[in-house]
Amino acid sequence: MPWLILALSVGYLGLLFLVAAWGDRGGRRLIQSPWAYTLSLAVYCSGWTYYGSVGLAAQSGLAFLPIYLGPTLTALLFPFLLHKMLKIARTCGITSIADFIAARYGKDAGLAGLVTVVAVMGAIPYLSLQLKALSLAIETLDDGQGFRPLLDDDALLVTLALAGFAIVFGTRHIDATETHRGMVLAVAFESVVKLLAFLAVAAYAVWGIGGGVGAVFARAAAEGREGLLSMSGTGLSWLDWFLLTLLSSMAFLVLPRQFQVAVIENVDEGHLAHAAWAFPAYLLLINLLVLPVALVGLQAGVGAGDLILLQLPLKAGNLAVATIAYLGGLSAATAMIIVATIALATMLSNDLVIPVLLRSRRLRLQEMPDLRGLVLLVRRAGILALLLLSYLFYRLIGGGYALASIGLISFAAVAQFVPAILAALYWRDANRRGAFYGILFGTAVWLYTLIVPALAQSGWIGAGVVADGPFGIALLRPQALFGLEGLHPVSHALVWSLAFNGLLLTLCSLLGGQDALERLQAVLYVDVYERQGVVRPWRGDSPAGELHDLLVRFIGAGRAEGVMRLDARERGRRLLPDEPADAAFVQRVERKLGQAIGSASAHVVVASVVKGEVIGAAGLMEILDETSQVIGYSQRLEQKSRALEKASRELREANERLRQLDRLKDDFLATVSHELRTPLTSIRSFSEILIDAPDLDPAERERFLAVIVRESERLTRLIDDVLDLSKIESGRMDWRIEALDLNAVASDALAAVEGFLAERGIEAKADLPPKGAPVRADRDRLLQVLVNLLSNAAKFAPEGQGLIRLAVARTAEGFEVRVEDNGPGIPEKFREAVFDKFQQASDTLKDRPKGTGLGLTICRQIVGRFGGRVWIEDARQGGAALCFTLPAT
Amino acid sequence: MGKRVLVVDDEPNIVMSLEFLMKRAGFEVAVARDGAEALRALEGAPPDLVLLDVMMPEFDGYEVCERLRQKPEWRDTKIIMLTARGRDAERERGLSLGADAYVTKPFSTRDLVERAKAMLEG
Repeated sequence: MPWLILALSVGYLGLLFLVAAWGDRGGRRLIQSPWAYTLSLAVYCSGWTYYGSVGLAAQSGLAFLPIYLGPTLTALLFPFLLHKMLKIARTCGITSIADFIAARYGKDAGLAGLVTVVAVMGAIPYLSLQLKALSLAIETLDDGQGFRPLLDDDALLVTLALAGFAIVFGTRHIDATETHRGMVLAVAFESVVKLLAFLAVAAYAVWGIGGGVGAVFARAAAEGREGLLSMSGTGLSWLDWFLLTLLSSMAFLVLPRQFQVAVIENVDEGHLAHAAWAFPAYLLLINLLVLPVALVGLQAGVGAGDLILLQLPLKAGNLAVATIAYLGGLSAATAMIIVATIALATMLSNDLVIPVLLRSRRLRLQEMPDLRGLVLLVRRAGILALLLLSYLFYRLIGGGYALASIGLISFAAVAQFVPAILAALYWRDANRRGAFYGILFGTAVWLYTLIVPALAQSGWIGAGVVADGPFGIALLRPQALFGLEGLHPVSHALVWSLAFNGLLLTLCSLLGGQDALERLQAVLYVDVYERQGVVRPWRGDSPAGELHDLLVRFIGAGRAEGVMRLDARERGRRLLPDEPADAAFVQRVERKLGQAIGSASAHVVVASVVKGEVIGAAGLMEILDETSQVIGYSQRLEQKSRALEKASRELREANERLRQLDRLKDDFLATVSHELRTPLTSIRSFSEILIDAPDLDPAERERFLAVIVRESERLTRLIDDVLDLSKIESGRMDWRIEALDLNAVASDALAAVEGFLAERGIEAKADLPPKGAPVRADRDRLLQVLVNLLSNAAKFAPEGQGLIRLAVARTAEGFEVRVEDNGPGIPEKFREAVFDKFQQASDTLKDRPKGTGLGLTICRQIVGRFGGRVWIEDARQGGAALCFTLPAT
Repeated sequence: MGKRVLVVDDEPNIVMSLEFLMKRAGFEVAVARDGAEALRALEGAPPDLVLLDVMMPEFDGYEVCERLRQKPEWRDTKIIMLTARGRDAERERGLSLGADAYVTKPFSTRDLVERAKAMLEG
């Protein structure tokens, strides 16, 4: 059995290496899949989840839930919050959460160091938790076998083995932004293993041992364990629920290992949308059977410890299932350890150790030809140190704690990053001092409210400090600070630490200022969607060769050459070694260095070479101006392009209208041609007849000549009308608008048609207002309208007994003129059509009227020009009434 | 018995001149003022020649022509279409519907009479 455990563990870790190697070399398709990203996020579910949830559920029922509710809520924010973080990390070449925070606040090495220290402090209890889970599992499996390989200390053995594994696994590359494809794939693989293992063991426990979910719950009720199934059984108040959920939701993004997989290792922003639903689904699956398994554990009498999952199959004597349970726990713990140590070791080397070493004059690192080996060494030592510290923590402090409470302590530590990160994303005025002191004091409160009681519990300091407060000051009791009592210890710590943190951040930022680089980075972060890669803070004039040497020392000659080539390609030529480097090149070098050693270190290193230093306030303003100009240009460009689009749309529409007009014009011309040819035909025919037939009798000759004369007149009228219409429509008509008496014009019109009316035996009556009718119009055109309407009426009135009435009446708007006849009238359906060109109500009369077909069209145009309108209705005596209005003056 | 000509036009003056010309050329002349009247006139004794205006209210010359050509007993009747629209497309349409000639207004009276004579006697 012990050898089996050893063989299985080694075999499993070997398999991980295979998966990682495959991911590093090929496996590209899998890495590009949103599933790989989603599953790698599940590194969140560590050994704590695997073993601890069941342990916690056995003690406090549903109290394990907030830790998974939080990330589920955070998943809702993926498309906004996480997306923006991704965008910034990509734009700025971010390597870790320390880098992310420090780069925003002026690439400050001090801040990066502080974040690293806090992250390490927060991670150590968490790592020790994994060690504890693993060694407990091994001890449980090993129970009674008396097996003690090498050392009499399972936990130390586990620690050393994992350290070796993490070192070999995690520091194969130096460039920290070059995503660790192999690692991501291995972690995703582990997420599948732990989920399947958990589900298998849980199913075995619930159905194999407990007799099904229903039976388990029924028994729980019978045994009086309803408390575990209700909210009250958790021992948490609603406020605790809220605060612990909030804590988990924050920790999910800012735990160094979560930041690593969620931000640094992301290969495609599009994966966020997938993860936003698939990750909560994963959490749901792995939590579904937690409570039933815990109940089965209680019912089977294996105790309420953290290892129910392992103890249940062992007690039932099923070694196969126990082995599966062990492997699942191993995968959960190793995944967390791999990612956490890689992330933390990168931070330790980039943000803490390397900057200090670089500054040390004694070490003369600045002159070393190749620093890659040193960077790797620092990282490997970092991993070993982290795990040894975790082991110490486990031995000295953590031994007495349940898994779940240790995890929450870690959460509360990294939660101190949240105010600085939120401000980095959304508040331009937040400054370095605020971020630094916020994190510093927040962490101090965390130490005081969570670690001091832990030390007291482990017997390292007197229990009186916790019970009565330091020096007996009750207000300063670590777990009831300033008299705040009744909360879960972690909720309590969260409230006070974040309160101090946020307050200091806000106050310092409001009271203090920012230096130039800080201001610049703030803009780059907050406005990451608007400004990209346009800010170049360097104004150096050092030779390009020196910068190239810098690259060679940190990333090696081969990759330095790659940078030079890329630069040459974009520049169109290669920079000469003693040519002064421009801002673009300096920035390229700094970015590349940042990927290897973090932006704070890279900044220091580049500053040592570039004599120009970072630009001052004036220069910054200039740069910001430039960028806002660029933004202005692009906005104007957008406006222009929108305007162009609009113009082209309008042109298309205008063209369509023109085409239509063109068709109308064609139709009009064809119709005019037809209308002209018709009288011409008669004229020509009769003229030729008169020439060819000299023998015609005089009466017939007379008749034919009259036709020629009438048709000539018709032709003339038609030409006049066409010309009038074209003049009015094209706006070339010469209008002479003046004050007129409508009565006088009406009388003139009657006089003008008098002869024609008499000829046809038609009687005309005028009905004019006695006081006169003052209007503004062009006299000749108004006369034309009236004559046209009168002759029109005369044509329709029955010959011999025709009756025409011309009436002018005062109305509200002005005057209404009516010309009525006693003809057949005009049917409703033609009353609008007759105003169209060449549309005559010809079928109302067998005798086709000899109009031009343009008269009413012209009338409507003219009256419209005077501000009136024309229409047709029934006349009182039965015929048609053509009416129009004119506004009064 | 002389050949019979049907004159179809909605313009009274043109009808008048065509009637005069055809009579003087020695044909018997019937007159119609629109498409419907023309078809009614055709029902009785089919003429040897129809002088057919295109632009008429209700149904136009094209339609009359089309109907005329649908009946076998009218197959021998000659058709000269008269139009005030001189476009090629319209000439094509008229000829494709079975007209024998297509004359644009205003036409030469002498030519028209010659063509009518040639069609009926030649």
